[in-house]
Amino acid sequence: MSLKTFHIFFISLSVLTAIGFGVWLLNENAPVFAVLSFLSGIGLIVYGISFLRKLKHVSFI
Amino acid sequence: MEIPYTIETREDTGVNNAKLGIWLFLASEVMLFGALFTTYILLRIGSADDWSQLNDILNVPLATLNTVVLISSSVTMVMSWASLMMKDFKKYKLYMGLTILCSFGFLIIKYFEYSAKFEHHLYPSTNTFLAIYFTMTALHGLHVIGGIIVNTYFWGPGSKMWNTQPERFTNRIEIAGLYWHFVDLVWIFLFPVLYLL
Repeated sequence: MSLKTFHIFFISLSVLTAIGFGVWLLNENAPVFAVLSFLSGIGLIVYGISFLRKLKHVSFI
Repeated sequence: MEIPYTIETREDTGVNNAKLGIWLFLASEVMLFGALFTTYILLRIGSADDWSQLNDILNVPLATLNTVVLISSSVTMVMSWASLMMKDFKKYKLYMGLTILCSFGFLIIKYFEYSAKFEHHLYPSTNTFLAIYFTMTALHGLHVIGGIIVNTYFWGPGSKMWNTQPERFTNRIEIAGLYWHFVDLVWIFLFPVLYLL
């Protein structure tokens, strides 16, 4: 597995963490921070897609 | 005598030796941290105390900041590798420098977190939760220090290899990046397990 693949895996888990943290913040009655957490999750998805486009010539292995 | 398969792929493994080596090492690291996570789960479900209240003493905002710092460092790390593949050494130096700065930032934040615990007389001996909290976060911190040493070497004296063997140097940064991503990944698991749940 190349660094490219591992990075995508890591960013995917980070997105899940951001979403999970957002849910946790909603339970803690912190909606503003929850929205920030969800937005950072969306930001990470956008980054992941742009990263894949930028390194499309690099192998996944 | 030259070390074989530092750049070219071995036919039998499908990867070069450096990549095979780092993945074998990371497999052993998975077992090490896996054992600690398992220990945490078994101690928690076997305890008569409610552990969901015990982590109220931990500083979630500081841990969140550290999560952001480590995710940023993984982005700068992969950008340093990508810069080398695009033959842009100046950008490599910039991104690797930022990675090292983020690593120090993580340790400084961790220092403040630990200091606050000690000021309130909260030690590993206080209770089982804090014992495993300090064990896991300190072991992770040691891995961060290991990453700083390796990355600083590749940012400084080790970067001379770029002038003589650019492909091999690029591979070395990929290997260091795989290690760094593993260290960041461990934190991504530690953060919710210790601070939130």
